[in-house]
Amino acid sequence: MRASPSLLLPSLLVLVAIAALLSIAIGSSSLPVSTMVDALTGKGDPVIRAILIELRLPRTILALAVGAMLGLSGAALQGYLRNPLAEPAVLGTSNGAALGAVIAFYFGLSNAWPLALPIMAIGGALASLALLFLLAGRSESPLTLILAGIAVATFAGAGISLALNLSPNPFAGMEVMVWLMGSLEDRSFDHVLIALPCIAVGMALLLWDGRALDALTLGEDGAAALGTDLARTRLRLLLGVAIGVGGAVAVSGAIGFVGLIVPHLVRPFTDRSPSAILIPSALGGAVLLTLSDVLVRVIPATTELRLGVVTAFLGVPVFLFHLMRERRLW
Amino acid sequence: MVELVAEQVSVTLGRRAVVRSVSARLRAGEFVGILGPNGAGKSTLARALLGLVPSEGAVMLDGERIATLPRKQIARTIAYLPQGQTLHWPLSVERLVALGRLPHLAPYSRISAADREAIARAMRVAEVDALAGRIATELSGGERARVLLARALAVEAPVLVADEPLASLDPAHQLQGMEIMRAEADAGRLVVAVFHDLNLAMRFCDRLLVLDGGRLVADGNPCDVLTPDLLAEVYGISAMFGTGERPGIVPMQRLR
Repeated sequence: MRASPSLLLPSLLVLVAIAALLSIAIGSSSLPVSTMVDALTGKGDPVIRAILIELRLPRTILALAVGAMLGLSGAALQGYLRNPLAEPAVLGTSNGAALGAVIAFYFGLSNAWPLALPIMAIGGALASLALLFLLAGRSESPLTLILAGIAVATFAGAGISLALNLSPNPFAGMEVMVWLMGSLEDRSFDHVLIALPCIAVGMALLLWDGRALDALTLGEDGAAALGTDLARTRLRLLLGVAIGVGGAVAVSGAIGFVGLIVPHLVRPFTDRSPSAILIPSALGGAVLLTLSDVLVRVIPATTELRLGVVTAFLGVPVFLFHLMRERRLW
Repeated sequence: MVELVAEQVSVTLGRRAVVRSVSARLRAGEFVGILGPNGAGKSTLARALLGLVPSEGAVMLDGERIATLPRKQIARTIAYLPQGQTLHWPLSVERLVALGRLPHLAPYSRISAADREAIARAMRVAEVDALAGRIATELSGGERARVLLARALAVEAPVLVADEPLASLDPAHQLQGMEIMRAEADAGRLVVAVFHDLNLAMRFCDRLLVLDGGRLVADGNPCDVLTPDLLAEVYGISAMFGTGERPGIVPMQRLR
């Protein structure tokens, strides 16, 4: 399977546009395109205009940005760790951010001030990064980093379990559980203002080192001999993941598998070098998460499905596909 | 003219002294072979020459301590072919060879026509042009070794350090590999290669460095270096030596 790489970016951009339009148009009341255009250009019904701009637009922007961040960080980490199973959760970033958010829930900070939750989540991501550096030391081997990441993720996961265990009443525990499943429901422009700068910084840091990732195809010595400063590459990459994914988890909750799946979906359409999948993975992540978020709105259910649940279900067939290819059944 | 000087270089990995106080002055135009038994410190010395491993003493590249030079500058001066055939992603052969141009690319610039010529040249020299569209991870070990040599040649650096470039090559391609490195040296480059074939060393190299237990035990012209005494001492073997018109070394017996 080798499609033309030059068609990949334009097709993905078209998909991003379609996903964004669907996300704005589809909800508890679906709107025709003409009404949307009227509302967005300042004409038409003020109620519809309010629904679109205050409710749907922030949700769409967040779905695109969070999806792009998750897709890009998965691609960058797979390249850096030279492991096709890497994603932000592997380094403990997602769990660290989730633990920060759970602490905000547990001590009632999020009730006192709603923005405490996302800010604590970003703090949790950065703390997990500091711990990761402490554990991994100066070693440049990907295995050390993965082991340290698993330790951080397990520790943060244990902290989350502890909070659930000690939660004063079942409702408080339920609130945390539901948040952990991930959602973009009822998000406002405040959330956009918190998440977007973090995601922008994170993406910039991750896009910096495409060539270093390519060079790492030849291993650490090979990359260093090609002029890569491995220590700086690692610092930029891990900072980018912590800040960007921290910002994403802060507003969306823990959404798994996007970072894992998307690089695999776009890789066959590229020359398979790590740098070539970075931007396509960001676009692909934006499409996947935005469409998943449309899906949770249109699937009839008594309570709205959680986004993290849908992406987890989407992850399974991708793994099966890879398994079948490993076993040469495909 | 490029010059790579090791001044009492020692390398300790973990607690083991792997290279012990090695000094050598390597000049442009030389084809230097590094020989020695397994575990003698050959690869580590090669890595130290590129500043890839922290060392005591000093490695000087054109009069400057290599430890103080930016990696990018070293990358443009010394091309390195690491031991083994590490390849983490299934790149096409052409894309893989193109990695050799990374040290020359300005940030965010695209690969230039000159880069493309260098890539084509390297693939021609290593005779892997026919493999250009193949996926490198699907090649045989020997084909892959030649592609990786092409990758190192594509850097077009004044120095080439190659660690076991002949491993898994058939006799014809071993000969080809040695011819390529000989030609690089004749073109005024410094070529340093780690390998094991005593006969090819004698036939192609200008100079041999022999390591044993991390120490430099011999440095000189292949004919002077490869003596029955040295082979007995370093490898613990006896060998039959050809003479005059028919030189050559045939290992006969292990002595220990």
